[in-house]
Amino acid sequence: MAEIFELGIAGIRTGVASGDFTAKEVAETFIDRVSAAKSLNAVLVETPDHALAAAEATDKAKAAGETLGKMAGVPIGMKDLFCTEGVATTAASLILDGFTPQYESTVSANLFKAGAGMLGKLNMDQFAMGSSNETSAFGNVISPWRRNDGGNTDLAPGGSSGGSAAVVSGRICPAATGTDTGGSIRQPAAFVGITGFKPTYGRCSRWGTIAFASSLDQAGPMAHDVRDCAIMLEAMAGFDPKDSTSLDLPVPEWEAGLKSDLTGKRIGIPKEYRVDNMPPEIDALWQKGIEWLQDAGAKIVDVSLPHTKYALPAYYIIAPAEASSNLARYDGVRYGMRDLPDGAGLQDMYAATRESGFGPEVKRRIMIGTYVLSAGYYDAYYTQAQKVRTLISQDFDKAWESCDLLLTPTAPSAAFGLGEKADDPLAMYLNDVFTVPSSLAGLPAISVPAGLDGQGLPLGLQIIGKALDEQSVFNAGLAMEERAGFVAKPEQWW
Amino acid sequence: MSVDKETVKKIASLSRIAVTEAEADALVPELNNILGWVEQLGEVDCSKVEPMTAVIPNKLRLRDDEVTDGNVRDKVLANAPVAEHGFFGVPKVIE
Repeated sequence: MAEIFELGIAGIRTGVASGDFTAKEVAETFIDRVSAAKSLNAVLVETPDHALAAAEATDKAKAAGETLGKMAGVPIGMKDLFCTEGVATTAASLILDGFTPQYESTVSANLFKAGAGMLGKLNMDQFAMGSSNETSAFGNVISPWRRNDGGNTDLAPGGSSGGSAAVVSGRICPAATGTDTGGSIRQPAAFVGITGFKPTYGRCSRWGTIAFASSLDQAGPMAHDVRDCAIMLEAMAGFDPKDSTSLDLPVPEWEAGLKSDLTGKRIGIPKEYRVDNMPPEIDALWQKGIEWLQDAGAKIVDVSLPHTKYALPAYYIIAPAEASSNLARYDGVRYGMRDLPDGAGLQDMYAATRESGFGPEVKRRIMIGTYVLSAGYYDAYYTQAQKVRTLISQDFDKAWESCDLLLTPTAPSAAFGLGEKADDPLAMYLNDVFTVPSSLAGLPAISVPAGLDGQGLPLGLQIIGKALDEQSVFNAGLAMEERAGFVAKPEQWW
Repeated sequence: MSVDKETVKKIASLSRIAVTEAEADALVPELNNILGWVEQLGEVDCSKVEPMTAVIPNKLRLRDDEVTDGNVRDKVLANAPVAEHGFFGVPKVIE
C-alpha cells in the first residue's frame, strides 16, 4: 500500500472510511511533512491543532457510525488569501501584519463543514499579484522541482498560488485551496505537475476572500488529479447570500458524473493560441493532447478567437483598476499595520502606511489602476478595456457554436528560475497569456499535467468549457489524465 | 499617452502612496512601459460594443430589509492599530 503522504483526497477518504488508518494518523503524517518542509518557505503559519481537531471529529463521527463529509479526514493547505477565524491572514503583505480575522471565509467554512482540517496558511504572491510567487513580503516560495541538469537552481512554483502548488506537488499537503484571477491556479498547477481547477465565476463565494479584482477572482482546488479536484470543488462551491455575484444554483455532483468517454464532444483548437516563440515541446504536447482527446472519442475542430491578443492588455487595465479600488481599504485605521511618522496628520499617515505596507508590484498596480480610472482617462482606458472584454467573451460564444470545449497549453513555458524574470513586469505578465482570456469571460478551466520538457520539468494542458459546464471540463481533463499517464514527482531534497 | 514625473506624483498622491523623488523617477519608465503596451487596445473598433458589466448573467438579488448582522463592535475593533473608548483612533484631524 502507498504511504499515507502519497495519497490524495480520494485515497485518504477511502482509507479512513475503510479503517486502514485513522484521520488522526493522516493529520499527524502531514503535520510532520509540513514542519519538515520549511526550506521551501511555502507555509506562512502552521496550524497543526486545527488539523488534529478536524481529524479527531472525523474519527469520532466514524466510530459513531455517522455519515462522513466529502472531505472528512483530509487535512488541506489554505492559501493565505482566505480569511480564517483566529488564524493570522496577510495575503503575503506587510500591510496586513498582525491581522487576525474575526470571521471565517465562506470557502474555508464550507471545506471545514465537509470535514477538512487545515495544516497551515500558504505563501503566495502579495495580494495574488504575480506569476512566480516572488512578490510575497515573506520571501519566495521555492518549487520542489529541480531541472534534470544536476544543478540546484531554485525554480519558481508559479503564482499567485505558489505555496499551494509547492505543498501539493511536494506531497506536503494532500490538496490546497487556490484562487485564480488571471491564471493563478492553473499556471502554478502546470509549473509543478498537479491539477488545478478554476470554476465558473460565481460558483465559489468570494466572501471572506481578500479581494484583488472582484469581477475576476474565483477560488478553486489544487490537487493530485481530476477526481480530487471534483471532490474538493463540490465542498468549496455553493450559493452564498453574502456575495452579490454568487450563483444561486445547486452544486452538481461532479465526482459522480466523471466519465472519460468523450463520444459526441467537439473540442476546439483556437489558432490564436499558437503564439510566437512558443517552445516546440509545448507545441508537440498540445498535439499529443489532441490525439488523446480524439482517442477518447472527441471530434477536433479548428476555431478562431480573434481578440485573444487583446486579452492581456485588457486584463492589465481591468484588474489593476479593480485592485486600486479594492485596496483603498488598507488605510492603517481598521486593521493591519500603521505607519505614523512623527507629527503626521491623517493623510500623511495613509500615504506612509501604504508606502511601507505594500510591495512594489502591488503599488505599481494600484497606481496603474488609479491612472486608468482618473478623470480624462477613464473612457480611453477603462471603458475601452471593458468593451474589449465584451468582444473576448463574444469570441467564446461564437466558438461554442462549433465546439463544446477548448484545448490549449496552460502556460507558454515550463517553470523558470527564481529571479530570471523578476526585473521585467511585462515579461512576467505574458505568463498568463493562455489563462487570462477565459478569466475575462468567467469560464471554467482546468490545467492537467501532461508531460515533462527536456529539462525534466512539468508542462500542463488546459481545457476551457462553457459557463456552468464544469462537468465537461472535468471529463475531458480525466480523459487526458488517463492517457498522459503523468506520474513524475519531484525528488525530495528539502 | 505617456506619464511624466509630475503625473506620477499626482497618481501616487491620488493613490495615497508616499513616493520619494527617486522612486517617482523610477516609476516614470515603468508605468510608461505598461501604459504603452496596453494602448494597443485603441486599435480595436469598439464603436458598436457595450462595455462588459457582468461575465455571467446574474441579476442582483434583493433581500428582505432585516437586520442580519451587528452588535459585534469589539470584533470590528479587534484588529485596529489603535482603538479607544469603542472607536477607531486616528491622528488629530481638527485643530
